[in-house]
Amino acid sequence: MSAPRADIDRRSLPLLAIDDLSIEFRTRGGIVRALDRVAFELKRGETLALVGESGSGKSVTAHAVMGILPAAAHVAGGTISFGGLSLLQADAKTLDEIRGREIAIIFQNPRAALNPIRAVGKQISDILVRHGNVTAAQAPGRAIEMLAKVRIPDPKRRAASYPFELSGGMCQRVMIAMALACEPALLIADEPTTGVDITTQAVIMDLIAELASAEGMATLLITHDLGLASEYCDRIAVMHAGQVVESAPTSLLLTRPHHPYTAKLIAATPGDAASLDDLASIPGNLPDLRRDDLPACRYSARCERRADICVMPPVPRVALAGGGHVACRRPLGAEA
Amino acid sequence: MTPEPPLVGEPLLAVEGLRKLYPIAAKRTWRDRKLRSYLHAVDGVDFMIGAGETVGLVGESGCGKSTLVRLVTRLIDPSAGTIRFAGGDIGAVPAKEFGRAAQRAQIQMVFQDAADSLNPRFTAFRAIAEPLRRLRGLNGAALRARVEEVAGLTGLPLELLGRFPHQLSGGQQARVGIARAIAVEPRLLILDEPTSALDVSVQVVILQLLQDLKTRLGLSYLFVSHDLNVVRLLCDRILVMYLGHIVESGPADRVFASPSHPYTQALLSAVPSPGNSARQRRIDLPGEPRSPIDPDPSICPLYGRCGRATDECRTSMPALREIAPSRIAACHYAAMEATPPLAAVTV
Amino acid sequence: MTAALRHARYILSENPVTGFSFALFTFLVVCALIGPALVPYDPLASDTAMALTGPSAAHWFGTDQLGRDIFSRIIVATRLDLGLAVSSVALAFAIGTLLGLAAGYFGGWTDRVIGRVVDTIMAFPLFVLAMGIVAALGNTLANIIYATAIINLPIYARLARTEANVRRDAGFVEAARLCGNSEARIVLAQLLPNIMPLMVVQISLTLGYAILNAAGLSFIGLGVRPPTAEWGIMVAEGASFIVSGEWWVAFFPGLFLMAAVFCFNLMGDGLRDIVDPRRRT
Repeated sequence: MSAPRADIDRRSLPLLAIDDLSIEFRTRGGIVRALDRVAFELKRGETLALVGESGSGKSVTAHAVMGILPAAAHVAGGTISFGGLSLLQADAKTLDEIRGREIAIIFQNPRAALNPIRAVGKQISDILVRHGNVTAAQAPGRAIEMLAKVRIPDPKRRAASYPFELSGGMCQRVMIAMALACEPALLIADEPTTGVDITTQAVIMDLIAELASAEGMATLLITHDLGLASEYCDRIAVMHAGQVVESAPTSLLLTRPHHPYTAKLIAATPGDAASLDDLASIPGNLPDLRRDDLPACRYSARCERRADICVMPPVPRVALAGGGHVACRRPLGAEA
Repeated sequence: MTPEPPLVGEPLLAVEGLRKLYPIAAKRTWRDRKLRSYLHAVDGVDFMIGAGETVGLVGESGCGKSTLVRLVTRLIDPSAGTIRFAGGDIGAVPAKEFGRAAQRAQIQMVFQDAADSLNPRFTAFRAIAEPLRRLRGLNGAALRARVEEVAGLTGLPLELLGRFPHQLSGGQQARVGIARAIAVEPRLLILDEPTSALDVSVQVVILQLLQDLKTRLGLSYLFVSHDLNVVRLLCDRILVMYLGHIVESGPADRVFASPSHPYTQALLSAVPSPGNSARQRRIDLPGEPRSPIDPDPSICPLYGRCGRATDECRTSMPALREIAPSRIAACHYAAMEATPPLAAVTV
Repeated sequence: MTAALRHARYILSENPVTGFSFALFTFLVVCALIGPALVPYDPLASDTAMALTGPSAAHWFGTDQLGRDIFSRIIVATRLDLGLAVSSVALAFAIGTLLGLAAGYFGGWTDRVIGRVVDTIMAFPLFVLAMGIVAALGNTLANIIYATAIINLPIYARLARTEANVRRDAGFVEAARLCGNSEARIVLAQLLPNIMPLMVVQISLTLGYAILNAAGLSFIGLGVRPPTAEWGIMVAEGASFIVSGEWWVAFFPGLFLMAAVFCFNLMGDGLRDIVDPRRRT
């Protein structure tokens, strides 16, 4: 199949490690401090969800790992380590080889990601030939195998179809097939089911989960849906305004959140709430990330447990029993 | 949620036998050239909404709920069937003339994409004032007073009234859309996925606002959503739609607790929830929905995807029937101790 | 309003060429409005003794074959040319936009009929069509305006049709129906304001075409008649003198003509930037 790169060790622990990552965007309105010292880890075969509302920086993080940040983005600090290799220091050639082969990404709108004037089978073959050490002669057959793997009925005939002939759900499957064609070590799924019907969402997420566990592939799921993350992911990292506020195994995070924002997010999610009055909103708004006088903890302005010490750097990273950490000076469950 | 709707007297909205067919230009042989193909967007729908009720309408893309919503709000005309509102037959008034009808102000809608539903060149004030000007003939000071009153009801700060939609946040746009809809004191408000584009924290606020407005202003809601959790919290009764048909209806919490139609069961099993047990409970509907073009009227719409596919499913269209008190489903096998189909049951 | 002005000033400061074109436009408008009152010489007064003298302190742009001061004639012609351009473009805009909006919004037979009418106009080489109309109806000022309006109508109709088509299914259109608006009101009060920015850009560009058209008609004798001062006629009359060395008779009117068209085109680009930053050229 596709031989992993010699300098990437898939068995390294952890597979993906982001440490102290800060990213800024240069815009006409000023410098937007999109990410502030983001840190989390992902082990081989694990599924981690990056959960956050709009503006939390979760997509920026995913794009940073993939190396597809826009030109206006500037890494202000930190490291991204994948299989022992530092992605931020790697040259363009190395990144080119890693992208598609070791790390794959699927996006929200599959139709936008597929070439509308090329048959889907050919698009999969293209990737196989480019990244997968597959000859041009073998590629079409492998492409059909991939289509079968993602449960597209009648894959031989469908390989000749164009994206416009396929339904949205099928296009998403084709995108998954393209992503998994080279058996990557890490799959990044950037809001793959937002805007999709609930039954299609279940099918797609079940498919990703099944393929991931079969191949031992790690998954980084970017989503705003806490419910979705809770079903499919081993661990959840909650983001707010460019900071990771808490990261913990799923069941622990949901039953015993330590960060006030996590607790509020859980309380706002319809999920299993008994009535509308049980839901709580989150007061305040996102801070303007263009300011240079942002408090150290960007949630502090909206937080009920806010203390004077919260606005002063650095924001601590307190390890939690059971794995994970919380970035709070006064986490829930601690003494007042 | 209230267990049974007290349908005392005439319901606020009563829809019977509603159909909407769209002609399709199909390639036909010369012999069949006069025959037309039709897409059955809404294929025989019956339901009622009582005064003060919140009825949820769930279904996936292609089930016909957008068409149904546009029929009920009289933006398009039905191909067949009746729509009665507060005793009057509004289905008989053509959509083109409904703008001048007395009931126009009584049925209003909050749109899914608030930003798209606001004219980019109108300020929030003007957007809210529009129905008041057209339908209530308000002007000047009276207009301003009413707009400000309604803005206050929806929690929209008055200083935002001079802003354009692109200068407002998602939540504020949603409030403007709601304010505009309630400005003319409607009795029935259709809410077409009003929070699907909003962050979850904003969604809570808007949902609670809608709940509050309903009790304060005595509104009835038809709440269309694909988010089953939200529907469960807000709605008294729910209607489940599939391929232009209503396949199940009943009190929201009971339908959620024990869905009877196979489609409802599949739908509910797809809702993500913590832990792996959800995946085990998953009911897959293999394949794609049947074609809505010239569907065979004797085949159940779910045939071919349903786990149970018998000859009866293929030869007789299941009618909506009461399978338990106030529980209605369109399936031959919905309940083991099935009561024989009642004639002309409306939901 | 002030936010728009601030934005406008920002764009103008970023793009000096646009700023220049606005300045030039202002100059032309001032010429048109008060120029005739301020010119040193009567544009129609001929002084054959001074015929064909080159640019000098007394006559900045020289004199033509009848001894008339070219500078005065040019300034006075500004009013006529701008007036022709503005009236014909206003007419083309009004009628073309209404037709296009109706075609794009209502679709069906309205669209087909209007589409065929517009196609018919566009089937002709436009200048030839203008020539034909003026030749048939006689070259009065009014006919020149009508002819120019007709040949510029399709552009507005096309643009308005596309924009209306894109927006007819927008949420705010449906919301407007729920508010009790009639279809006509939706088209005029809801859609039209939304397409105005693009139309304004188009107006500015068409002004350039309109001036060229009027000048062109005059050049071939189908436009304004002598002794009226008009840039096109002046270029036509001066063309025969270029060979004999009296270049200024045709040069200066031509320069103003070029400046005006150039100015309108640049303004169009600048307006586009002001109005819709996503469409930056």
